[in-house]
Amino acid sequence: MNQVASGPNHSAMRRFCDVLYTRPNLYLALLLIPPLLWFGAVYFGSLLSLIWQGFYTFDDFTMAVTPELTLANFAALFQPANFDVIKRTLVMAIAVSIASGVIAFPIAYYMARYTTGNIKAFFYIAVMLPMWASYIVKAYAWTLLLAKGGVAQWFVQHLGLEPLLQFILGIPGVGGSTLSTSYLGRFLVFVYIWLPFMILPIQASLERLPPSLLQASADLGARPRQTFMQVILPLSIPGIAAGSIFTFSLTLGDFIVPQLIGPPGYFIGSMVYAQQGAIGNMPMAAAFTLVPIVLIAIYLAIVKRLGAFDAL
Amino acid sequence: MPLAVQFTNVSRQFGEVKAVDRVSIEIEDGEFFSMLGPSGSGKTTCLRLIAGFEQPSAGSIRIHGEEAAGLPPYQRDVNTVFQDYALFPHMNVRDNVAYGLKVKGVGKTERYARADEALAMVALEGYGQRKPVQLSGGQRQRVALARALVNRPRVLLLDEPLGALDLKLREQMQGELKKLQRQLGITFIFVTHDQTEALSMSDRVAVFNKGRIEQVDTPRNLYMKPATIFVAEFVGTSNVVRGDLARQLSGNAQPFSIRPEHIRFAVGPLASDEMEVTGLLHDIQYQGSSTRYELALDSGQLLSISQANTQWLDDAGLHLPGQRMAVRWAKEAMVALQDAPASDASGPLT
Repeated sequence: MNQVASGPNHSAMRRFCDVLYTRPNLYLALLLIPPLLWFGAVYFGSLLSLIWQGFYTFDDFTMAVTPELTLANFAALFQPANFDVIKRTLVMAIAVSIASGVIAFPIAYYMARYTTGNIKAFFYIAVMLPMWASYIVKAYAWTLLLAKGGVAQWFVQHLGLEPLLQFILGIPGVGGSTLSTSYLGRFLVFVYIWLPFMILPIQASLERLPPSLLQASADLGARPRQTFMQVILPLSIPGIAAGSIFTFSLTLGDFIVPQLIGPPGYFIGSMVYAQQGAIGNMPMAAAFTLVPIVLIAIYLAIVKRLGAFDAL
Repeated sequence: MPLAVQFTNVSRQFGEVKAVDRVSIEIEDGEFFSMLGPSGSGKTTCLRLIAGFEQPSAGSIRIHGEEAAGLPPYQRDVNTVFQDYALFPHMNVRDNVAYGLKVKGVGKTERYARADEALAMVALEGYGQRKPVQLSGGQRQRVALARALVNRPRVLLLDEPLGALDLKLREQMQGELKKLQRQLGITFIFVTHDQTEALSMSDRVAVFNKGRIEQVDTPRNLYMKPATIFVAEFVGTSNVVRGDLARQLSGNAQPFSIRPEHIRFAVGPLASDEMEVTGLLHDIQYQGSSTRYELALDSGQLLSISQANTQWLDDAGLHLPGQRMAVRWAKEAMVALQDAPASDASGPLT
């Protein structure tokens, strides 16, 4: 690697570097244009074109799409059948986000405040390890774990909690015939799959919390519970908000878990998949695509309103 | 009257390291007490032991007569001003100051009134709505002070609170802290590694070294009568003379200290209560209000001499390096020193 730099090649390179150094704006433009092109044209452009197609007309009889603009697709979202899909997905996304936050916080807190060196590295790997495996494999694995006669049921039987499980599975809106065909099972799998996305941002926000703040709180007379409510929790809210944006939006858009686990019935993601794949109703699929975008925009507005980003 | 804080043979061990080693201190009520020492000398650990952030490995700590070992920080009637101020970034200044009252259940009207009062005390009226990030370092320091004082603690702990401020601001705050302490009449325990700061503010100073206390005394006594070699060298500048030269000059082998400003160039006949030595003038540093000379004695010992520049002099007639000079000092300026604190002699426990 220790070549003697010489020749016109080298001096041209050097001149180029000098030009970049003296014109920082040009340098910045060169760095930013490729990602902006990618993001702007490829990503944002195709998204706009997709939403634009939501205004096209789909003929139920001929199964043909014509570029006649109509609001019928968006109006159709509010038909009971479609609106149920949206409600079902939204409730699941909220439940998954809350449960992930509750489960993730103690893990993140322990990682941030009580681990160092190798133990911290172990926790990082342990949290991220599941993400190394394909998500579809994990979802399939869970269908077996939760199935009738599966591992989960075996544990429940041996703990003598069979009646409790039957009771929970009997609750409408939560249960189903078995765990793997219940809303509860679907919820468990969602929480499992998205948990790392909640742990890591919370852990990062707690890591930034100086220990002297907690000591100051105790010094001023706050009991541990008060310190938690007044200092630790408010200062970790940006992390919780970041994590919940992941869990919320990932659940809203998912179409695999709802197909594999839980009772029949579409989620927004699987609805989009069905509309554009099996049915070929691209305009309706496009209209459904807009739903998570709008819901996430509303969610971000609420989170911002609550002051979650003030401490950033 | 019970003591504000009393340490009896307190030790704090971190693994193999003895951060605080059999320390006994008695701090009186209403005193401005400083803990002075280099970093790692145990002074901050002592402060944290009083605050309750650390628990002693051995010994007893009494705060206003009550045993404090085992009590968590939130059950102690002491408050701390932290080195990094530790202001809550998500609260405005007023909520920061009112925090201690809030967690104790004081109603909103009263706690805000008292917070505003405390802010006025540190000359920060009208800053209540700002966030800590919008304040300068000096202002944050004042908020931290107000936040601690609003709880009306009987003992205020200050952990190098002026360390992050620039020199002018630091000097101004030293004066204000001292004034505040007199006005409130509460005990201030002030940790610092800056000996000038400790001497100028305190009623008494404890000098820490390697987890032990070398000397506890008034600033004047600490400077004029240092008890140990460490104190003589850490507090101000000192010429410590040991060994043969010490025996030759003082008659016994015990090391002694002589301050540079107590040595002067020989003029006229030698008085009976004076000592005289000669040496080669080796280095001269002009320092404005004074000049520092370094004299190499024949034994190899270097003597530092400080002369106040009280007379109007131009360059002519000054001493020059390489000159052989005689210097004198009063015998009473020689202070005999111990190698280690006296309490060590009374039988170490290990």
